[in-house]
Amino acid sequence: METFADLIECEDVLLFVNAAITSTGQREFHSTQAEQRLSLRFLHSYIDGNYPEIYAATLALEINDHNAAMIIRNLLVRHGGDGALIAWRLSRMAPQRVYRLFQDLRRLGVNNRRTRAIIAGWLSGRSDLAFDAVKYRTALKDAVRHAHLRLEGELGDFLFAPRGRARFDHPLLDAWRRAHYEKAAVYELPYTVAEGFAARHGIKRQIFMERIAPRLTRLERMRLAESARDQGVEPDLAAMPLVRLASYALSLPFQTRARRRTELTAALRAAAARAAGTRAGTWGRVTAVLDDSFSAFGSVTKRHRPLAVAVACHHLLEALAGDYRGLWLSGGDDPLMARPTGPTPLGRRIVDGLETAPERLVIVSDGWDNAPPGLAAEVLRVWRARLDPDRRVSIVHVNPVYDAGGFEVRRLAPGVPTAGIRDAEDLPALVELAQFAEGRTGPAELRAYLAERAAERMAERAPGAAERMGERAPGVAERMGERAPGVAERMGERAAGVAERMAGR
Amino acid sequence: MIDLTGLETRPAQTWGSVRLVPLVRREPILDLRLHATIYGDEPSVVSLTDRTSYRAYIPHAFVASWTRDGTPAAAYGTQIDEPVRHIGIRTRRRMARRVDKNRLRFLPMHLAVEGYLALHFNGPEIVWEEWSRRDLSPRVEVVYSGGEISGLADALRIFEIYPGQCGLMIYVADALAAATVVPHPDDYRALHPTLIHDLYGELIHEYALYHPVRDVPAVVDASRVASLGDLRAAAERHEREWASFHDTTMAAGMLSSPGRVEEVYRFGPFRLSRFLPRFEPRRENHIGETITSDDGQVAYLKTFRLSQAQIRRGYLLTRLAEHDWHIGRTAAALGTTPEDLGSRLERAGFGHLLRRHVLDHYRAGRRGQAG
Repeated sequence: METFADLIECEDVLLFVNAAITSTGQREFHSTQAEQRLSLRFLHSYIDGNYPEIYAATLALEINDHNAAMIIRNLLVRHGGDGALIAWRLSRMAPQRVYRLFQDLRRLGVNNRRTRAIIAGWLSGRSDLAFDAVKYRTALKDAVRHAHLRLEGELGDFLFAPRGRARFDHPLLDAWRRAHYEKAAVYELPYTVAEGFAARHGIKRQIFMERIAPRLTRLERMRLAESARDQGVEPDLAAMPLVRLASYALSLPFQTRARRRTELTAALRAAAARAAGTRAGTWGRVTAVLDDSFSAFGSVTKRHRPLAVAVACHHLLEALAGDYRGLWLSGGDDPLMARPTGPTPLGRRIVDGLETAPERLVIVSDGWDNAPPGLAAEVLRVWRARLDPDRRVSIVHVNPVYDAGGFEVRRLAPGVPTAGIRDAEDLPALVELAQFAEGRTGPAELRAYLAERAAERMAERAPGAAERMGERAPGVAERMGERAPGVAERMGERAAGVAERMAGR
Repeated sequence: MIDLTGLETRPAQTWGSVRLVPLVRREPILDLRLHATIYGDEPSVVSLTDRTSYRAYIPHAFVASWTRDGTPAAAYGTQIDEPVRHIGIRTRRRMARRVDKNRLRFLPMHLAVEGYLALHFNGPEIVWEEWSRRDLSPRVEVVYSGGEISGLADALRIFEIYPGQCGLMIYVADALAAATVVPHPDDYRALHPTLIHDLYGELIHEYALYHPVRDVPAVVDASRVASLGDLRAAAERHEREWASFHDTTMAAGMLSSPGRVEEVYRFGPFRLSRFLPRFEPRRENHIGETITSDDGQVAYLKTFRLSQAQIRRGYLLTRLAEHDWHIGRTAAALGTTPEDLGSRLERAGFGHLLRRHVLDHYRAGRRGQAG
């Protein structure tokens, strides 16, 4: 039997997961960076304080690196959590984030044996520590010092006594030594390190970019593509994830987008087909309501992020659906030329969407419905109550923005599940999970689905940690899955009760 | 009475205590365009033709370009008419009022504020024995810039501009703080950021601190919906209801505000005028300025809501002027005693207009009444 506390716990956890997927602690359209961070910090300490085991276990879910780093830091501070799970999550994180986390731990004075073991474990898993020593020199030095490690051979000398050796055997380390006086050696270094040396040698930017171009990473290439196009820096669009690709396309001026239309559209379609995988074309009639109102601009630090998610979802749904229709709020029909402008008439567009008689309706929006406010909620409520009581149309709202004031992603209506979204690739999983929250599918199918997800994870994970992880993650997921339909029902009852009392008055 | 025909009210957007109501023009006005000229942060001195000067913080001026034959503005070759009442506005940098043949620079809002400050500025026309021989100079009012209104900057920043939007009504705690109308959506887009530099009264500043507002949520009666068409009709009905509620209730006080309209400048087919309210205490009173075309269409509007103290000052001055500045007759018309009127004048900051011994006499009289 479910107690009231269980229900609250389940709500809290879902809320936390949504927040941990979307919030990056950066400025958003409606809230400042400080507000986002304050809100997120509170949410973390609230969940950590009340449900410590669940807090630790959320590391296994698809939360973003920023939140994962926060969780790991909090766990190590209070000696909690599972070492294998932490190690597994660290192995999936970008190295610069991990180094920043280690520096954070150092600043906080967290130096227990477990923390040191985790740092040592992670460093031993790096494929080329010499590369890290060059690229993340200070951070690696801090980590090594903090974990009381003794590095083998010349690496220790490189970090702590670089002048003690006349030359290094490792070519990268030696290039770093030579780059202090030899211009040619600069181009053997990673871009971020080379940039500093280039400034020191007074190398002209144009010449520098031309010669460093082969050493750029994929993301650096994409970031520099527009400023250094003449120097032969071409973005590698083929292997990019959908949202990054969409962000890149939206960063281009309109003329460029028009000129490179075929190339960009092909890249977006290819990425979408890759993400859809075997599910391509299986979703039947799908209609999407996509938010390109002014608030989809995001902020100067997350430029066009909500809009990029909408553009990415558009392409992914196109690949997943048999028969697809995308409705933009502005009335436009060209996702490549999307620009964030105008109000958010979500209610009317949802009516338009429902008129196309879809099997699934997906709403991608930050949830700030304002033209008129609250119409989307009313439309969805009346639709469910009067026009589609059997729930023939499955409706899902995915929201890319964390609302700092509300401590969760903004919801549209109680009867429609809302999920936080970060990468468009997660969309199928979110939509399918949302069906469980709607109570359309039984618990047996939910378990089967989660088992499949767990199996996918096992394949991608390091073998040591895999077994322990596999046992835990489905456990948490099951608990959450069982409760989610219960919550929906209870909320429906509560709403009905309130409505009756109102009518009585 | 301000006639906003041609402008449609759209759903409001709220943030904190601020409610912003967009006004959309179906057909933009093409033969008059506005843009802003930004001035520095230093205070400006504007010398007027009656040898008085107006000193204020003026962040920007508006420049109006127009054509007479209805072709889109930006074309040259038209002539400026002689001003109806010449008030030469000059800043200390001697920015000309007429910047080109068919361009007019004016200082938005300050035109109206100057009209309010200059109200009966010369003091008593008939010097009854009670009055000292001084005029109202210097006449000073303090207002807040938009940046000082709590939450207004954020509300304006996150406001989602409608396509075709040509105007905005700013409500703070559901009190109309200011209304802006411009001829063309592109002008609005360009001038939207200047709203933060506009003037707002003390009342608005106080309200913004204490009274958050809520959205007016759409409500659909589920029992009357049998199809998607009904749902759409319900949404449209809600929008119509909101628009008529706004126009007839929320904005009614401002729209019926002008009591005295004064034409300042006539150019091409347009008229720049400013208006003063009837100065009715305990009601909304707005001062403002408009540009209207020959067919009466409002091409430009900017208003400022007076605070209660400002209304009281305007009220006393107009009542005195109505009765030829005769204390006794004015007091009788207000249903009070000369002693009481004297103290009201003093409280309103006009004590220096009365002779010292008269004021003392009134004070003594009041004490006698109280005793």
